[in-house]
Amino acid sequence: MSAVIEGHHDDHHHGPAKGITRWLYTTNHKDIGSLYLWFSFIMLFIGGAMAMVIRAELFEPGSQIVSPEFYNQMVTNHGLIMVFGVIMPAFVGLANWLIPMQIGAPDMALPRLNNLSFWILPAAFGVLLATFFMEGGAPNFGWTFYAPLSTEYAPPTVTYFIFAVHIMGASSIMGSINVITTILNMRAPGMTLMKMPLFVWSWLITAYLLIAVMPVLAGAVTMMLMDIHFGTSFFKAGGGGDPVLFQHIFWFFGHPEVYIMILPAFGIVSHIIETFSRKPIFGYDSMVYAIASIALLSFVVWAHHMFTVGMPIAGELFFMYSTMLIAIPTGVKVFNWLSTMFKGSLTFETPMLFAIAFVALFTIGGLSGLMLAIAPADFQYHDTYFVVAHFHYVLVPGALFSIIAAVYYWLPKWTGYMYDEFMGKTHFWLSFVSVNLTFFPMHFVGLAGMPRRIPDYAMQFADYNMIVSVGAFLFGLSQLLFLYVVLKAIFYGKKATGQVWEGAQGLEWTLDSPPAYHTFETPPNLEAGEAKG
Amino acid sequence: MSSIKKSVSKLFLATVGMFLFGFALVPIYDVFCEITGLNGKVTGPTFSEYEDIGNREIKITFTTTNNNGMPWFFDSDRSQMKVKTGEQNLMSYVFTNTTDKPMIAQAIPSVSPGKGAQYFHKTECFCFEQQYLEPGESISIPLKFVIDPDLPADISSLALGYTLFDITKDQMTKQASN
Repeated sequence: MSAVIEGHHDDHHHGPAKGITRWLYTTNHKDIGSLYLWFSFIMLFIGGAMAMVIRAELFEPGSQIVSPEFYNQMVTNHGLIMVFGVIMPAFVGLANWLIPMQIGAPDMALPRLNNLSFWILPAAFGVLLATFFMEGGAPNFGWTFYAPLSTEYAPPTVTYFIFAVHIMGASSIMGSINVITTILNMRAPGMTLMKMPLFVWSWLITAYLLIAVMPVLAGAVTMMLMDIHFGTSFFKAGGGGDPVLFQHIFWFFGHPEVYIMILPAFGIVSHIIETFSRKPIFGYDSMVYAIASIALLSFVVWAHHMFTVGMPIAGELFFMYSTMLIAIPTGVKVFNWLSTMFKGSLTFETPMLFAIAFVALFTIGGLSGLMLAIAPADFQYHDTYFVVAHFHYVLVPGALFSIIAAVYYWLPKWTGYMYDEFMGKTHFWLSFVSVNLTFFPMHFVGLAGMPRRIPDYAMQFADYNMIVSVGAFLFGLSQLLFLYVVLKAIFYGKKATGQVWEGAQGLEWTLDSPPAYHTFETPPNLEAGEAKG
Repeated sequence: MSSIKKSVSKLFLATVGMFLFGFALVPIYDVFCEITGLNGKVTGPTFSEYEDIGNREIKITFTTTNNNGMPWFFDSDRSQMKVKTGEQNLMSYVFTNTTDKPMIAQAIPSVSPGKGAQYFHKTECFCFEQQYLEPGESISIPLKFVIDPDLPADISSLALGYTLFDITKDQMTKQASN
């Protein structure tokens, strides 16, 4: 640890390098945090453009704009980009910016590894997007890439896809090793584990989940690679393998992955709600235990994604009950957020609006999740738009709203400039209305039996699909407004104070806005309780 | 510094361990399927002879399916038969290579309901080996099986399905790499 601090001592007196090499060679957690966040922002518009193509095609029944083959490529890459290219990198970016500042550390524990884990990410997505221009087209087997669709019947570009997934996985694993090592070894003296800010806690647990499941995903795509090119039969029934095994391995990764995309959101929302309620978070300890129990439970529920493959009744019951159990710690968190707001001196700045919308809409997504957990009911819901509605509710007004809230909340700290509050609120209300317009009617068409991943649909779903498409276009445009608000703040924003928000607690608010290039080179002196979320 | 090194090496080992665990899921899954009868997986060959031929009569249905793109003719002599538990039974299957190329095929069995799979004992089955047929060649291969008298009382009929896979290409790849 001392070596890390000494290493920084050399360039103590000057700021960042000039030009492009600053970003290429940077080992600074703030620079790398910004890189991750901008990367995620760009990918949001690429993945979003694909969503627009999907919604344009579904605006009316019948084949309208794109071929079914291209539609499949859009659906697949929209999912892959949003999961691996937007939500995950955005959270890693927030972790880079915030964890060292929140625990009073000078930087991440492994700064060079940090640089590497970011810069292989654009390479991975470059490979993935390049497949659009190759023979056979981009991957078209859905983001869950079930075998044998992704092995025997896949386009030849599947090999590039496998390579890209390997790189993304390596990036996530390196990032997680860095986060855990930083949190366990570099906290300011006096900051015990149970005094850590909740965002740090949520990321510590998320990083453990990543280390546990990203290698399993790497194993799954390696098996695919071997089946495709080296004549093995992991998933080939003809050679003694089993395609259902793929689903088990995939969802053993996939379900913890779902929580990887939501746990850091829990941390963010906790900070924002306590700041704008001007009250410390209600039930800090229970928040920590709730995150930990959600993480542990995530390893024993995976088969609820595959109730319909044919399982013994005991298996269906086990996965049904274990899934429902998750509602308990999640409910604890929701009630804690509500209790924090109860009798607080509430104000409704943009980050708070997004955080409250998160609590309300994430709960809707959680509720439809409970419905899907009921095994017999799932036989009806499986692979319909009801599932699409469910996971978009937890990922868009869930994970994405929390990231947007975090950007509004910490942007003045990062850049030193306030965003335009009126424009921020406009962005919120447009997003809030359009997100519900987009995803709520999907529940209805799903219950009525509209299947997902199909470019055409029966006439009776036409009206709702038109509403959904209009909502989606509006939501897409609203995010351009978000880009405008961020750029306006950076270039024309009013100077922000160090404290920024009246009720904000935590070490990052004791720094200037923007913070110096190197902060906390000497660890801050903590009095008991000062740093608690 | 040493505490950071320690954390990193522990986490690195955990990563490697989980990568290996992903592969370990393959045999774990097979064992799990065998115990629970998941997917109606049948193992064998088993050589079981029963002293007492039970008086329970079980209806066996035979189905054959060709996997996508498999051109062979593949069918059983009869589609149904009634058997007594503990009794040795015989059923014959016909394979015809209808193409003008030599091909290798593999039949994969599945028993339904899944929990009956472990009571369906095959003493001789073409599914334990691959079938190589010259263009136009046709063969008839017997399947010998016994239904375990311990078959749960609530099962009165079993279905044995075979799916025929074309594995010519895979076998070529394997031979080339050997």
